[in-house]
Amino acid sequence: MIIAEPKKLADVLCAVEPYRNVAVAGCGTCVTVCLAGGEKEALGVAGMIRLAAKEAGREVIVSVTNPIRQCDMEFLDSHEAELEEADCILSLACGAGVQFMAEKFPDKVVVPGVDTKFIGVNRDLGYWTEMCQGCGNCILEKTGGVCPVSRCSKSHFNGPCGGSSTGKCEIDPETECGWQLIYDRLSRINQLDRLLEVNETRDWSTSRDGGPRIVRRQDVTL
Amino acid sequence: MSSEKSNLQKILEAGHFSVSSEIGPPMSANGQFVRGHAKELAGLVDAANVTDCQTAIVRMSSVAACCLCAQEGLEPVLQMTCRDRNRIAIQSDLLGAAALGLKNLVVLSGDHQSFGNHPQAKNVFDVDSVQLLAALRDQAENSVFMSGAKTKMPAEFFLGSTANPFADPEELQLIRLEKKINAGAKFIQTQAIYNIERFGRWMEKVRARGLHERAYILAGIVVNKSQRSIEMTGIVPGMDIPEALIERMRKAEDEQAEGVSIALELIEEIRKIEGVSGLHIMAIGWETIVPTILERAGFLPRPKV
Ligand code: SF4
Ligand code: SF4
Repeated sequence: MIIAEPKKLADVLCAVEPYRNVAVAGCGTCVTVCLAGGEKEALGVAGMIRLAAKEAGREVIVSVTNPIRQCDMEFLDSHEAELEEADCILSLACGAGVQFMAEKFPDKVVVPGVDTKFIGVNRDLGYWTEMCQGCGNCILEKTGGVCPVSRCSKSHFNGPCGGSSTGKCEIDPETECGWQLIYDRLSRINQLDRLLEVNETRDWSTSRDGGPRIVRRQDVTL
Repeated sequence: MSSEKSNLQKILEAGHFSVSSEIGPPMSANGQFVRGHAKELAGLVDAANVTDCQTAIVRMSSVAACCLCAQEGLEPVLQMTCRDRNRIAIQSDLLGAAALGLKNLVVLSGDHQSFGNHPQAKNVFDVDSVQLLAALRDQAENSVFMSGAKTKMPAEFFLGSTANPFADPEELQLIRLEKKINAGAKFIQTQAIYNIERFGRWMEKVRARGLHERAYILAGIVVNKSQRSIEMTGIVPGMDIPEALIERMRKAEDEQAEGVSIALELIEEIRKIEGVSGLHIMAIGWETIVPTILERAGFLPRPKV
């Protein structure tokens, strides 16, 4: 899923300060699960905006709304009426949701309430790590199911750099070396011979480097 | 190859034990700094690496500093990392380097930018060093760029890369070394060696794979000036310094003299190991000691080839 982190409260308050009618929009999917921008967080931020306005002696109307997914126009449509009155929408969705919200309401100010971090997993309470960079050409079958693009700090494709030591990456002792993980996995599944294969120079045009990407599928169109 | 071979290549091909050193370009536009060090080393070593923003610190470009060295009579070894340039910039810079007469090239990943003085930078890693070596061999042999587009005059180099005998996982590091050699590396400079026993075991594995016969293995040596210097070297990831050596520096009355003794002892041991073709002496920050080391290790005068 997409992992996000709440923005600093002071920054959020500053961004919404000029507006008199603020709608805080949580999102019911990834950001709810990673505790960054679900209903609970939306209610919390709304309360803080009210409090800050009160302390500053400003009038402000703050509402809260929670589409199931902000990256789906159908769900935004069903919340249209609640959001109609706002002059500013504070979206707690990932970057995609914030932008789709702005497309839905082209005449309103839409500001982000979270920092969208990465595609990752939850490993422990309050602990998430990156697993995929959406490179557009997955090679996990060659690397024992461990992603060299996102889990090696240098996105190496042909083995570890010289900084790999006792399983850790050279960048810091907390970060596991992606290539150590690849090695360990391949040895457990008896595929160490895979390591001798040369992974050719990548075509990064399938990644972000090719510009905003599009997926069109005939098989799912009507 | 149309142009004449580099001195380093000729020395190695003639079967001599090569001696190279290293110059770290300054964090400034001070060309005299490079010229000064180049003059000190000219005639004493077969070639000298000119590092490419080592430890991700912004320094004078390696291509420019290489040219300054060449002007002072020191044969340079250009370093090119995969960290800062994409394939367009790397190929372009290397065409320029070849046009300027540079003949030796060491391809390496490059330290992560988080170590340097611009940790906010984006890194590139468009290609990794194995991919880059293969592409450069292809360019030299078939006059093609990475895309397959043709060039009328390819850049040709005596191609090298690096290896760290002390990095993990050991088997995978050896596989990667083999991949580098398969991809066209003709010489390999190793990480600084302090742990002779472990290096000896690594060389055994290198020999078992026959890699020493396909590429010249040039063993790295760092000369430390002080207790602090050896301790700082010790914390570099993938470095293995036996505690006994650090202890010797700690106890030494004359730290500089002890640093030189340690280096000389290591050199002595390394020369006995089968399959090592040369020595690569790094004394960044203490370049002036290199002539003394060379003299005392009996490397002078250098053979003329
Ligand atoms: S190889 Fe690409 S698609 Fe597959 S996990 Fe890694 S970044 Fe994601
Ligand atoms: S130490 Fe491992 S994860 Fe870190 S950059 Fe090197 S190979 Fe990649």
